[in-house]
Amino acid sequence: MKLTLKALTKSIWVFHAACSPCNNCDIEILDLLTPRYDVERFGIVLASSIRHADALLVTGFPNYKTAKKIKYLYEQMPKPGVVIAIGTCACGGNFFRDSYSFVKPLDEIIPVNAYIPGCPPKPEAMIMGVVKLIKALKAKNK
Amino acid sequence: MNILFNYLIFPGFIFTAVAGLFASYVDRKVTARVQWRKGPPLLQPLYDFVKLLGKETMVPVGASKTTFLLAPVFALTSIVIVSTIVWNTLLSPGKTFLGDLIVTVYLLTIPSIMIILSGFASKNPLASIGASREMKLILSYELPYLFAILVPIIKSNSIRLGEIVQYQWTEGPFIGSVSGIIAVIVMVLCTQAKLGLVPFDMAEAEQEIIAGPFIEYSGPPLGIFKLTKWSMLFVVPSLTVLLFFPALNFWGNILGYVILLVVVVLIRNTNPRVRIDQAVRFFWTWVTLLSLISVVLASYGL
Repeated sequence: MKLTLKALTKSIWVFHAACSPCNNCDIEILDLLTPRYDVERFGIVLASSIRHADALLVTGFPNYKTAKKIKYLYEQMPKPGVVIAIGTCACGGNFFRDSYSFVKPLDEIIPVNAYIPGCPPKPEAMIMGVVKLIKALKAKNK
Repeated sequence: MNILFNYLIFPGFIFTAVAGLFASYVDRKVTARVQWRKGPPLLQPLYDFVKLLGKETMVPVGASKTTFLLAPVFALTSIVIVSTIVWNTLLSPGKTFLGDLIVTVYLLTIPSIMIILSGFASKNPLASIGASREMKLILSYELPYLFAILVPIIKSNSIRLGEIVQYQWTEGPFIGSVSGIIAVIVMVLCTQAKLGLVPFDMAEAEQEIIAGPFIEYSGPPLGIFKLTKWSMLFVVPSLTVLLFFPALNFWGNILGYVILLVVVVLIRNTNPRVRIDQAVRFFWTWVTLLSLISVVLASYGL
């Protein structure tokens, strides 16, 4: 178990679930793959199928259309896996909190392991969030 | 005991896996450098594989469970056998059996067939599209591939891999002749399609059909499939090395293989993906024509 956990922290394949965002956070996520930030240095690559993923990046707030789907997605992800909420919308709803289509905050639908606030969060902030998450995972499984 | 050592450790499973992991690292690193990135560390493919072994295995409802789970194992086994035959021949060409070239060619298509089976077994519409594309791709590239393999057979007058190698050691490598050069070009193009790399990766086109036949795989079966892919990146070019320019010692062969690998990776990084109909047309007209020319030239002794 220890070895596979170490390997897991060294090779995180992320699946990007756009849960009705304004696409600003998504563009910042794609920035991470560009030559300036290049997260493949740490083994982080974008997986195209949820079955290959270790981390679920959620952007946007869950509304009536996407709340159910984000739950399905979480159930389809092979465990052990983590959920990372990116952007203020995913963390708590932002100013859509009082909207007619807002269902409930993301962490009441699926368990969220890390919150990265910002509108949109900077790529540096996302890298820092992932680093903190890895450190927390390592500390928990010591 | 010796046979077991051959199949499991030296030119067999362990050697192939390590070489495949390293080939995958070279592939990713060169890709990153072409894109002006830094690229992953040396042990990255190993981390990926170990991580996949620790994940949960999921079988979709309604899928054929046996086929779904056994397909990656068969693919890996056949590629390990091919690697054992090819590298044993390169090390000691005297100890081969009659017709091992034919066995090698047949076993090299097994991984593709297993990918097709797994795609259809997973009961996913996108996986079915990927599997049918892979099937069309096999039908298109196998004919020129076999024609290109005919060139060393005609020149050395043998279907025994060891005799082909020994002939080239005494008479000079086949790549030195006109037909040999043309056949190597055909072999490289077919290698690209066999390995499922860009421009012929339409079977697992990530942007359109997500991951093709691998879409439903997770955990250890996915890891075995990835290992198969990486081993093929090692084995298929080394067959080309064996048929056209075998060196006298082990490190010479590795050098030839690395040169071929860099060519394959550069082709992969400088081309867009083509559609399946374009790929079939390309292989059935231009590549088949080239391979036919090389066979005709070889039969005239050029």
